[in-house]
Amino acid sequence: MTDTTWDPSKPILEIENLSISFFTRMREIPAVMDFSCTVMAGEAMGLVGESGCGKSTVALAVMRDLGKNGRIVGGSIKFKGRDLTHMNDEELRHIRGSEIAMIYQEPMASLNPAMKIGAQLAEVPMIHQGMSKDEAWALARQIVADVRLPDPDRMLQSYPHQLSGGQQQRIVIAMALMSKPALLILDEPTTALDVTVEAGIVDLVKDLGHKYGTSMLFISHNLGLILDVCDRLCVMYSGEAVETGNVVEVFDKMRHPYTQALFRSIPLPGADKNSHPLVAIPGNFPLPHERPKGCNFGPRCDYFQDGRCNAADVPMFPVPGDDRHATRCIKWTEIDWDAPMALKASKEKTPIGKVVLKMEDLKKYYSVSSGAFGSGTAKVVKANETLSFEAREGETLAIVGESGCGKSTFAKVLMGLETATSGSILLFDENVQSTPIQQRNTDTVSSVQMVFQNPFDTLNPSMNVGRQIIRALEIFKQGGSDEERHARMLELLDLVKLPRAFAERMPRQLSGGQKQRVGIARAFAGGAKVVVADEPVSALDVSVQAAVTDLLMDIQRENKTTLLFISHDLSIVRYLSDRVMVMYLGHVVEMGTTDQVFQPPYHPYTEALLSAVPIADTKVIRKRIVLDGDIPSAMNPPPGCPFQTRCRWKSQVPGGLCDREMPPVQVLEGGHQVKCHLSAEVLASMEPVIKIAAE
Amino acid sequence: MLKFVARRLGVMVLTALALTFVVFYLTNLPPNLEKLARTEGSVRMTDQAVASWIENNGHGGSVFGRYAQWLGIAPGWVLTDDKGVTRGRCIQNNQDPATAATYCGVLQGEWGFSTVFKKPVLESVLQKLGSTGWLMMWVMIVMVPVSLIMGVLSGMREGSRLDRSLSIVAIATTATPEYVSGVILVAIFASATAGISPILHDWGWISGKTLFLGTATSAMDNITFWNFALPVLTIALYGIGYIARMTRASMTEVMTQQYIRTARLKGVRFRTVVMRHALRNALIAPFTVIMLQFPWLLNGVVITEALFNYKGFGWTLVQAAGNNDIDLLLGCSVVAVLVVLVTQLISDIGYVFLNPRIRLA
Amino acid sequence: MDQTTLLSWGQIIARIVQQFLPVWIALIVTFAVSIRYKRKLGLYGKLFDSPVGMIGFALVMFWVYTAIFADMIITMDPIAQFGRVKNPPPGTPLVDVKDGQYAYFLLGADHLARDVFSRVVMGARRVLTIAPAATTFAFIMGVTLGLPAGYFGGKLDTVLSFLANLVLAFPVILLFYLLVTPEIRNTNIPVVLAAVLFIFPVIFLTVLFNSRFFTNPPKRNLYVGITLVIGLWAYLGLAFNKDPLGVWSMDPNLLNVFVSVVFVNSPTVFRIVRGIVMDLKARDYVAAGQTRGESAWYIMLWEILPNARGPLIVDFCLRIGYTTILLGTLGFFGLGVSPESPDWGSTIDDGRKLLSLYLHPAITPALALMSLVLGLNLLADGLREESLKD
Repeated sequence: MTDTTWDPSKPILEIENLSISFFTRMREIPAVMDFSCTVMAGEAMGLVGESGCGKSTVALAVMRDLGKNGRIVGGSIKFKGRDLTHMNDEELRHIRGSEIAMIYQEPMASLNPAMKIGAQLAEVPMIHQGMSKDEAWALARQIVADVRLPDPDRMLQSYPHQLSGGQQQRIVIAMALMSKPALLILDEPTTALDVTVEAGIVDLVKDLGHKYGTSMLFISHNLGLILDVCDRLCVMYSGEAVETGNVVEVFDKMRHPYTQALFRSIPLPGADKNSHPLVAIPGNFPLPHERPKGCNFGPRCDYFQDGRCNAADVPMFPVPGDDRHATRCIKWTEIDWDAPMALKASKEKTPIGKVVLKMEDLKKYYSVSSGAFGSGTAKVVKANETLSFEAREGETLAIVGESGCGKSTFAKVLMGLETATSGSILLFDENVQSTPIQQRNTDTVSSVQMVFQNPFDTLNPSMNVGRQIIRALEIFKQGGSDEERHARMLELLDLVKLPRAFAERMPRQLSGGQKQRVGIARAFAGGAKVVVADEPVSALDVSVQAAVTDLLMDIQRENKTTLLFISHDLSIVRYLSDRVMVMYLGHVVEMGTTDQVFQPPYHPYTEALLSAVPIADTKVIRKRIVLDGDIPSAMNPPPGCPFQTRCRWKSQVPGGLCDREMPPVQVLEGGHQVKCHLSAEVLASMEPVIKIAAE
Repeated sequence: MLKFVARRLGVMVLTALALTFVVFYLTNLPPNLEKLARTEGSVRMTDQAVASWIENNGHGGSVFGRYAQWLGIAPGWVLTDDKGVTRGRCIQNNQDPATAATYCGVLQGEWGFSTVFKKPVLESVLQKLGSTGWLMMWVMIVMVPVSLIMGVLSGMREGSRLDRSLSIVAIATTATPEYVSGVILVAIFASATAGISPILHDWGWISGKTLFLGTATSAMDNITFWNFALPVLTIALYGIGYIARMTRASMTEVMTQQYIRTARLKGVRFRTVVMRHALRNALIAPFTVIMLQFPWLLNGVVITEALFNYKGFGWTLVQAAGNNDIDLLLGCSVVAVLVVLVTQLISDIGYVFLNPRIRLA
Repeated sequence: MDQTTLLSWGQIIARIVQQFLPVWIALIVTFAVSIRYKRKLGLYGKLFDSPVGMIGFALVMFWVYTAIFADMIITMDPIAQFGRVKNPPPGTPLVDVKDGQYAYFLLGADHLARDVFSRVVMGARRVLTIAPAATTFAFIMGVTLGLPAGYFGGKLDTVLSFLANLVLAFPVILLFYLLVTPEIRNTNIPVVLAAVLFIFPVIFLTVLFNSRFFTNPPKRNLYVGITLVIGLWAYLGLAFNKDPLGVWSMDPNLLNVFVSVVFVNSPTVFRIVRGIVMDLKARDYVAAGQTRGESAWYIMLWEILPNARGPLIVDFCLRIGYTTILLGTLGFFGLGVSPESPDWGSTIDDGRKLLSLYLHPAITPALALMSLVLGLNLLADGLREESLKD
């Protein structure tokens, strides 16, 4: 269906002064206010902001799918010149899927589990172009090949659960492309995927965008990703667009304090926990019904001026000379944007002490019975293979890897929730590898604690904050009486910089970052010496991430804690860790100091991982290395080197060694360990993945 | 798949053994046997006579041994009394003990003799089961489509007016057990003094005293709408509400799934979204529920058959239990347990069949 | 019978409304207070935002208050027989009214000339004591077994689930016929079952307090001590009828009914709890408990169970309704508490034999039972809906 009246030089999507509200029993909650943006043909527009800023609501409004409670209360959304806000269901139905298509965050959830992939794909042209079934399937086959999926015929006959996450997302993309839409909306399309898989999807989206000339509305919280994919972007804060413009211009010449604060709170190459610490944005994101008068960012802004910033609603000011660059800051002409950021007092580097934790040849195998009813044969999953390392007092050791690499199993074994299959764990010179937690003494238990990933899960929702911390104190035999423990609990709240009044609050009254702080307080209740932090900030917004990371670092400095920081996010790992251990399918493939790991020579997997992480800095030039395929299942690992199925250096190893033999650990200069067959010369010839362009 | 069925069958056999043993144990408690002795022998027997009667009729010994005999995996008892007459579990009247079989339990098809109906148990149970089969068939024909349609209609647009009204109906019917709905239905449709029958009679619209018949006895020979509608409705009503609520819950959950949004935003018509994308996923749960309803339906069958005096399986069960007819009660239990287990098996297999995620895992 | 002396339906309704006066007052007070403070009352308060929930709550509370004030509401002794007229219709005056006696059979009388109205009101008391109590016991048993089955999994789960499925596969009615017979009272089966059943609350509370307060021995000893003393005392009385002080006892017939109803209900509760636990045990706060070395029972009872309360409360309401229906079924087959008892099931059973001629003795308890169960179902529905919001 093509609209003959539409002139391709006009914008494809034109949103003007859009306001959206959700209506609950109690009140009207404005979700988006006075939002405008324009997407031209073939252009990729990024919508970026923290959770709750309204970016997904905008996307759903374009689709006119706001649910029962959501309503567009003002403004217009023009698609090819026609106002979507006034269309009836039948008109909308013709546009959805054929002219505007959407790609979602959770690929598994967005595919129908009980329908074959082919049927789900073929449905689109059958509805919109009235195509016959055979033609539609043929088209589906072609598009599946286009999204670079192997064996398209088998794919079409599969059910979604038989595909991996990356494959599912490719299918969702194929489904969106079935009728060659003019506009593609992507709502955090790679958030649920591993970084190396994400890189492939991002490449695909970019290529297909060019190939089909599709315009894109790309929603993400990840500035690096936006820089990778988009031409223009729009930064949103608390329901409003605060800055919009060309990506490069906004990144290099930001003109809104929020954008600036956002960039200062993300760990870019060059940031360092001691000399260049991150600057967290103070305060909290305002709740939708508690937004301040005037500028929404006012209360958290360094440049706030009473009586001006909170006087009246702030309009968008165009930035002259730039390409459609605009900012919603009343003081933008007065602020000195090039002033270097006020350096927080740089901190002493924590001295590294004696070895507190030592693992040797640790192995953890599980036997799982496959098949839905446990009737299949038992298989052995090698979650951890010959893990050896040591961690010292006051040190931060990062454990990096994607899903299935065995980092969580490792944490469980260390904590004593599981016992090791073989090997030894020495904790303060005590063997604990086969001591389950119930048999460990209180001292051991309280000195090894854990900070969990999901802030919404980490606290018991039906117990108040104080009670949960006091319980930890009781268990760790801290304090002699209830009063002492109560006092100690308040001190712990001080330690994690939470108001003491929070002791009486229930977890649901806290924001994600605050909950994570309580989780940290609880972990340190018994004076923990070793803390395992399992992706402690990955579920938090970037501005909160910085604050929580800082807090962890501060406590570490004070208590000389050994921090085992598990993460898949290499940016934050580079920022805070002293040493890094890279894991792949249960193996440690590379280990060394942060500098050693982030500079060549790399293990081929580390190289790909580094290349895959998007960096929100226009000056950084990355070499693109996109890995083929997905991470193999830990149930069925490839023979020989675990990484050989995706390795781009494999041809450099003579005699097919990679297919047959587990590589040895090569110890390079300075104790840098790499588990690879590549010869020292080849390793030495590697080029850095990330280069910072000369100014 | 084969392995799965085999495993399920194994569990099923184990369950059947456990359940029949429990029934056997509970029906063959000493007080029941004493009662049996007094009804079969004489009411004025002395305690000693009762004890010896029990002993002489093979009801002595360990309960496990007797269970094994009843099941047919142990040789039936044989006793020769003082008069030299040899009697035994497997020896019919006037039969030569030498020609009698060694094993004669349920597995051999020897289900015993009913003291109430004076007929072999197997014969009477099968006959009554046929009558109940008709009842169940009509209940299913009414209940399943009605409840599924109700559930799907109310679940597809949660919170709509249609949903609200259908939900209230469904809740009301689940709040009405068979013995209440039966009474109310009879009051409205089959009472000569109340409900609509007297009015219709006065207007001359019906020739009989009542619109529907208050009993279903005549349906034993000839099922008509007028004698069968009320019992069928009584059983179906309770189930309708329950299954409709399950279907609705399942449907509302499916309708909030992302893949439904995907379908909607692909431009699929709402009707097609419901029929092609939602229905199959939404029916997985209710299907299991319908099958697991059987032990429950049996309850309704017993009540309804008692209420409408329909001499089917449920009615037989009541008679057997009320008259201490041990063999008949055991027979009924075996049948009931088998029916329940078979439906459970069907439900499991059907679940696997409906849900592709499980089939190929 | 003199037709002119019958009360008209208007008069009957007016008189009934008047008899229920204490109930109306209590209902109005409850609603006024609850609506006034609904924002402070958590889930209970939210109920008053849902019309369905409010109707359900009103119906349930109507019967609860009826049960409480039954002595004030009834017009006659529910068991006594008045006169020789069988099945007098609603509004019939009594033949010879003595002093202080109510002059009419408001809703008629049954075939033994017992007042239907008073029997139904008194029946509410019976039903509303047995059903919630039996449901509570079923819950404690289901929870105590479901928690470890879901939490530990493995062999324990396999065995317990098999047993639960065994009971579920048993046709309920057959079980009743086997368990609630007069003969079985001569054996020790009900006592054994009761012994198993009634020990669960004691175990449950002991473990509950011990796992929480073992860090503080004086407090633990106090709580566990009180639980054990009262629990075991009640246990002796209820299960074995051997209470030395004679405070706790249970009529053997009632015990029988009670045990079978709990027995039938607990496997379903077990399955629900097991399912929720399997879901919740993957949460990080459970892992946090494990990594600080909490005992398994603390985690189950204090970390998992409170977070499972939403679905359990909803199921509790539904299950009281279901139990009411079961009790009715028992009564309907004459297996009830006692033939004299005014409980609704038995009354329906009494009335149905003459159903086509005299409706009123059966229809009144039938409607009463239906309205109570309907109320419970609506209440559960309202609670479910409100607990899913926000």
